[in-house]
Amino acid sequence: MTETTVDFPRNFQKALGDGQLRRNLRAAMDTLGLRRRTLFSDPEAFEQLRARGDAIRRRALSKLPELLERLERKCTENGIRVHWAETPAEANQICLDIIRRHDATRVIKGKSMVSEEMHLNHFLEERGIEALETDLGEYIIQLDHETPSHIIVPAIHKNRDQIARLFHEKIPNTPYTEVVEELNAIARKVLREKFFAGEVGVSGVNFAVAETGTLCLVENEGNGRMCTTAPPVHIAVMGLEKVVERLEDVPPLLRLLTGSATGQLITTYFNMITSPRKPDEKDGPREVHLVLLDNGRTKIWADPELRQTLKCIRCGTCLNHCPVYTRLGGHAYGYVYPGPIGSILTPQMEGLESAGTMATASTFCGACEEVCPVKIPITDILRRLRVESYNKADTPNAVKGHGYKVNAAESLTWKGWALSNATPWVNALNAKLLGLLGPQLPKLPGPDIVKKWTQSRALPPFAAKSLHALVKEKGIADE
Amino acid sequence: MSNARANILARLRAVAPQDTAATTEPAAPTEAELGRADKIARLKRLMENMHAEVIVTDSRNWTNALKDLLRQRSLNGLLCAPTTPIGTTLAESWESDLPPLVGYTEAVEQCKERLFAIDAAITSTKGGLADVGALILWPTPQEPRLMSLAPAVHIAVLEAAKIHGSLAEAIRRERWAGGMPTNALLISGPSKTADIELVLTFGVHGPKELIVLILDD
Ligand code: SF4
Repeated sequence: MTETTVDFPRNFQKALGDGQLRRNLRAAMDTLGLRRRTLFSDPEAFEQLRARGDAIRRRALSKLPELLERLERKCTENGIRVHWAETPAEANQICLDIIRRHDATRVIKGKSMVSEEMHLNHFLEERGIEALETDLGEYIIQLDHETPSHIIVPAIHKNRDQIARLFHEKIPNTPYTEVVEELNAIARKVLREKFFAGEVGVSGVNFAVAETGTLCLVENEGNGRMCTTAPPVHIAVMGLEKVVERLEDVPPLLRLLTGSATGQLITTYFNMITSPRKPDEKDGPREVHLVLLDNGRTKIWADPELRQTLKCIRCGTCLNHCPVYTRLGGHAYGYVYPGPIGSILTPQMEGLESAGTMATASTFCGACEEVCPVKIPITDILRRLRVESYNKADTPNAVKGHGYKVNAAESLTWKGWALSNATPWVNALNAKLLGLLGPQLPKLPGPDIVKKWTQSRALPPFAAKSLHALVKEKGIADE
Repeated sequence: MSNARANILARLRAVAPQDTAATTEPAAPTEAELGRADKIARLKRLMENMHAEVIVTDSRNWTNALKDLLRQRSLNGLLCAPTTPIGTTLAESWESDLPPLVGYTEAVEQCKERLFAIDAAITSTKGGLADVGALILWPTPQEPRLMSLAPAVHIAVLEAAKIHGSLAEAIRRERWAGGMPTNALLISGPSKTADIELVLTFGVHGPKELIVLILDD
């Protein structure tokens, strides 16, 4: 897609040096974490619940082709038109065709990460169609021409002063105010007119139920309901992994989602849409469209280990608990999905050669896995992606862009390492040499990898004597 | 037409079924059945935490409770569904000092402006959820979807006997899977956001006030 040249080290430096950003993030992440812990205060009950969440998502994925067909059949019976898209470009075109067919120029949008993945707003704007974000956080960042920095709280990198200034500058006749309630009222007023006038509503989907052909949306603000109720046309876009088998699969997933995301027992609204307006009904869209997007998901699905990535319910809690995300925020990652989930999903979607570095933005502390409500083995997948970065073999399940990191110098080093460890006398010699020369390493000529490595880290001192030598001195048998 | 559908399904079908599914799925823990009074109390407490106003009354007194509420506020009208039991009850006993009753009788295309301008609406509910504190709404042709969304004040009437323990229980007992309505909703309070510095603020795009009248007969 668009972000082909993400300069990770530069982004990271910049984010780490931004004191304001770090303060905004720290406070928010601690609060979200605390709220989650308060809600799931009984560890045993939480483990039981997430075991169910995991099993439900696994079952859905294990039957994916069948469930997608059933979802399509059910939706079609209910009057919802189903479209399939292999790429974001195709999905955008489907949306555009629908919008054009209705001669619409005013699109109102509920929060949807898949539409971010499609860069739908940008695509529509280039074609003269206003695509307005109506979730407060999304509205804020759209005003500032930014992308979400978090998948649940998209404007969390900004504080109230920054938002106050933004509203004052960008919304006509708006006085400067830092009072959150007043900022909220300003947005309410602007957007209410937009809801009234919106011609097409676009939303995401949190769960799609194959059994009944029902699209479920989770939200607090009511903008999602507005977008899916007020305009005459509703387009829902979803990643094709979002399907679940049965209606009764929904309650545990809903609890896991709201609890993990914001520590809520339930959101203000849970909106279940099963059909367009029926002839005798007085409101609701007359047309409902569902766009199923692949964008690499079928490839991810083909591999049993990587498939687990698709269990994700986009709760965002892995971001809130990640020591890397909580220091960088989402923008530094340079792609739509940041944090641990972004680091496993994006390289698989975009290819390792462009996004593989994301898999290295981890300390492997495992906090993400501990909190993930559907038990995605995030660190295993990160490790797999790192391995794939060096895997040249063209196996069917190899990740896109695999082997991009393979280079002669590094291969040689590892060959040397292998030789050294297999041949005692070479190993002994190396240990001696490192003991002597180690401290000088960064200053020696040659590949600057050591120099780079030591720029932000202290070089560990090499022991003067090897373990073998020390053991021998103590008179312990050394095989 | 593109071949997206065929290509996607072909890719999925090309993969031999592999079990990532757990063979034994953990069963849902059995939920403790709450008594009626406990259900009402729990729903009330949780919804009040979410800034809803909850009044426990009964089927003889609820209209008076409603009138008291309305007299405390200055509202330009009360949107209602004239052909429902709530609508007819109200029409029979309405008084001139109250905000006028306005029926939602035409399609939205004919009355959108009025819907977005009226201050309050009253609807029935299909039930409630005690475990999380929420209302269940299944809007109908008589009582359409925007009633619980567009006006700033939403008043909902809930019969205590229809409060379920949980969403799972409601889905199971009422066999939702056998026939879902155009739109089913759970509502747990007035609309809210925490998108600015996580500061919780009520009254965003949906109603600013949610008032629940529980009829406990
Ligand atoms: S990976 Fe897990 S924790 Fe992260 S967003 Fe997805 S479901 Fe939530």
